[in-house]
Amino acid sequence: MRHFPLLLWHELRMLAVSVATYSAAVLFLLLMGLFYFVVLHSFNSEMRADPPSTQYFQIFWIPVFFVVPLLTMKSLAEERRHGTLEALLTTPATTLEIVLAKFFAAYFFYLALWGLTLLFPFIAQFYLHVGGTDSPLVDKAPLIGGFLFVAFSGLLYIAIGIFASSLTRNTLVAGMLTFSMLFVLIISPQLLPNLTLQTSWLAHIQPAVDYLTPFKHLEDFSRGVVDTRPFFLYASNTLLVLGLTTLVVESRATA
Amino acid sequence: MFVPMPASDASTQPGSIASGDKVGAPSVAAAKAATPSLQAIALTKEYGTVRAIENLNFTVARGEIVGFLGPNGAGKSTTMRIFSGLLSATSGRAYVAGVPVASNPDEVKRRLGFMPEQNPLPEDMRVIEYLRFRARLKELPRSKVKVRVDEAMEMCGLQHKTSRKLIGTLSKGYRQRVGIADAILAEPEVILMDEPTIGLDPHQIQQIRRLIESLRESGQTVLISSHILAEIEACCDRVMIINQGRLVASGTSASLRRELMSRTEWRLRLHGDVAAFEQILPEVNAGLRIAACSTPDADGFVEVGLDGPANEPDIGEKLLSVIMRSGLWRVREFAHVEPGLEQIFLAATKQGDEASPPRRTPKA
Repeated sequence: MRHFPLLLWHELRMLAVSVATYSAAVLFLLLMGLFYFVVLHSFNSEMRADPPSTQYFQIFWIPVFFVVPLLTMKSLAEERRHGTLEALLTTPATTLEIVLAKFFAAYFFYLALWGLTLLFPFIAQFYLHVGGTDSPLVDKAPLIGGFLFVAFSGLLYIAIGIFASSLTRNTLVAGMLTFSMLFVLIISPQLLPNLTLQTSWLAHIQPAVDYLTPFKHLEDFSRGVVDTRPFFLYASNTLLVLGLTTLVVESRATA
Repeated sequence: MFVPMPASDASTQPGSIASGDKVGAPSVAAAKAATPSLQAIALTKEYGTVRAIENLNFTVARGEIVGFLGPNGAGKSTTMRIFSGLLSATSGRAYVAGVPVASNPDEVKRRLGFMPEQNPLPEDMRVIEYLRFRARLKELPRSKVKVRVDEAMEMCGLQHKTSRKLIGTLSKGYRQRVGIADAILAEPEVILMDEPTIGLDPHQIQQIRRLIESLRESGQTVLISSHILAEIEACCDRVMIINQGRLVASGTSASLRRELMSRTEWRLRLHGDVAAFEQILPEVNAGLRIAACSTPDADGFVEVGLDGPANEPDIGEKLLSVIMRSGLWRVREFAHVEPGLEQIFLAATKQGDEASPPRRTPKA
């Protein structure tokens, strides 16, 4: 892994000099700012038991659906299309190092974007002065819990984006593949219990589906309950997907 | 099936060195020098039912500059990509400096500099940034990176102004230079360059020739594929011609000329009766004949092209003697026209075409 820090630094540097990075960041922050405003507005209209941060993190899937494909679709697909991946593979750097560098660069950027949104409650508190130091706006438990959920689940979502990018040379196709896979992963466990076709086997798999449902994990994390099971779920699946990505890149490079 | 040779098998290769050998420094150096820089043993690559290369066998000695020629689709790039570790062979073995590519690709990548045909470069990096990044990826010590990058840029004519430009804004010629600078950056034992002179103007091609000469002086091995045959002839010690995935000829221009060219040419400018001149040719050599004849110029001289057997070196001498003795013709110019690499290439690939069946793998 001696080339990994250099490759990661290179990837981060390329992100830092890219106009697309700043465009994606501005769009993300504008959208998330708008969502936060809507959440605050709804709290203004009616009293709610949950603090605004809990409500805010409930819509994590909306930015995931567009930010993750945008961040990852170029990573390997464009390198393969331009042939620069081949040039990288002629150096002593290994495929795993290349894949990990791409993954962590996208992941750090993803975390940085979400990290910036953590400022929203403090900005709102600064201007609104709600409830002093015990303000529900800056309630630490849902804030930290929500961010931890975003960080853990982001591992898998970014890995899926990198994997989709390794499957094709076309960045658009890579983006669409990522969107489809994330949609199945995030939304389908939520929809499955609502199917009218309630068979016995479906009842048997319900606990497993619950275990896989991101919204259930978020519910726990938002209450400040940091469960290790979702962490292992996301971490192990991330490793699996990154392993598959490495195999795909190797097999396509030497085919 | 391709059976990769274990790393330890490298020691069983002729001229290779086992790590545990108790030998003195001179014998180690001698053995190292004797190890071929590149060796292909029965190398075959199939894409589905099409054989890109078939049973390729060759060696390139240490310090040799070898031209790799062949028509489009002959298998040159495939061979180079197998040596660089980018492609795996369907069967056969490839060695770089005695190291088997299939079982030890990482070590091979440390010993090899490769410039691929398309010369892929990142558009949004500056030349100097890119070369420094590549130098560090190629495991050059930090302290050497700046020096080596500066040297490589100077060797490839990438002046200070160009080094700060974004690669995406460079012309084709400058991009080629960046690719070449990248290949030589880590001073590898073996350098593979796939069509490095594409897009270069004559000045730049001369610069590349000088660069290759400097690589020869430093003892590096270079395998270079190009369509500019004059270039190959000027800077390579030897050429290998590949056609339809098979090696059809290998040797120096002179040896290939002897081997492949059964006919040779003479050109002379003479004044006098050409028909009478044609009649005296059998007197010189039975196989000698007029191949071409121009119209007379202002002084009444015609340029005559003669075609004759290549294996009789005294034809020129005899012909001149007959002309002088007869006194019927005045000769202003007389030259033996050696067949160039282009004719050798055409002859070799034509023979290959006639000998080779279509490149399809047999059905099971």
